[in-house]
Amino acid sequence: MKFRATPRIVGDVLILDLSGSLKLGEGSDVFRNSIRKFLDEGRRRILLNLAAVEHLDSSGIGELVSDYSTARREGGEIKLLKLSRAVDNALLATKLYTLFDIHNDEAEAVASFR
Amino acid sequence: MSHPPDGRSTSGTQRIEVTLESLLDSVGLAEEMCTRIAGVAGFDDDDCFKIGMSVREGVINAYNYGSRKQREKKIFLTFELTPEKLVIYIRDQGRGFRLEDVPDPLADENLLKSSGRGIFLMRSFMDEFNVLRPSDGGAEIVMAKRLRPGAGSETQSGAESRPRAS
Repeated sequence: MKFRATPRIVGDVLILDLSGSLKLGEGSDVFRNSIRKFLDEGRRRILLNLAAVEHLDSSGIGELVSDYSTARREGGEIKLLKLSRAVDNALLATKLYTLFDIHNDEAEAVASFR
Repeated sequence: MSHPPDGRSTSGTQRIEVTLESLLDSVGLAEEMCTRIAGVAGFDDDDCFKIGMSVREGVINAYNYGSRKQREKKIFLTFELTPEKLVIYIRDQGRGFRLEDVPDPLADENLLKSSGRGIFLMRSFMDEFNVLRPSDGGAEIVMAKRLRPGAGSETQSGAESRPRAS
C-alpha cells in the first residue's frame, strides 16, 4: 500500500497520520520531505501516528531516527503514537524503544509535549 | 537426490535457487517470494514476517554494498528447506565484508545514525546467522529459522499443518 502522511493539528501539535509502507524505495522520500516541510513551516511539536504503517524496514527505521535527530537539532520534538505490529517488531529488534517517547493514547501524547 | 513415483524427495530437503538482477524491485520480489515460501513451509505469520524481513534486509545489503546498485551484478538467493529449518543464502558479487567490521548500531555513537541496522535486524529475527566469503569473491549471508515442533509444509506432510499464529 502506498505511503501517505496526512497532517492535522491538535492544539499546537502537528499530528501526522502515517499509513502504508515505509521502506527503501517506498515512502522514505515522501516521509522525509513531509517532515522537512513542516519543520520549515516552524512546526516544532510533531506526533507520528504509526497505527496504519503496515511495513517498515531498516531504511524506514533509519528515516524515523534521522527525522527525530533533525527535529531535536532544530529545537523540536517528534513523538510516536500507537505502533503498528510491524513498527513495534522493528523498534524492539533494533532496541530503539528507549530512544523514542511512545504513547498509546492521542490525548495523553498531545499533553506530553512540554 | 532420488525421487519415488509420487515425486517427493527422499532426503527431506527441498531447494529453490533464484538469480536476481541488482535492481530495487528485486528487494520487494525477494521478500514476497520468501514470505510465501516460509508460509508453505509451515511457519506462522509472525515468523513469516521475520523471515521475509530478514531476506529483505539481506538483499538490500547485497544491492547497496555488494552490487553497489550495478544492474549487471547478480544477487543469488537460495532457499533450502529441511525437516528442521529453512536455510537462506544470499550471495552477491561485491568485494565481500567481515561481520566483525560492521559497526554496532547500539553503540552510543551509532544510535542516531540513519543506516546500519540491517544486519542487526537479521540477527534478531533469525535463529542462525553468519557471513561467509566465497572463494570466488563477494559475500554470502547464511541464515536459518527453525521450524517449531509440529509445523510442517503441505508438500512434506501431505496435509496443511500451519501452526496458529502466536
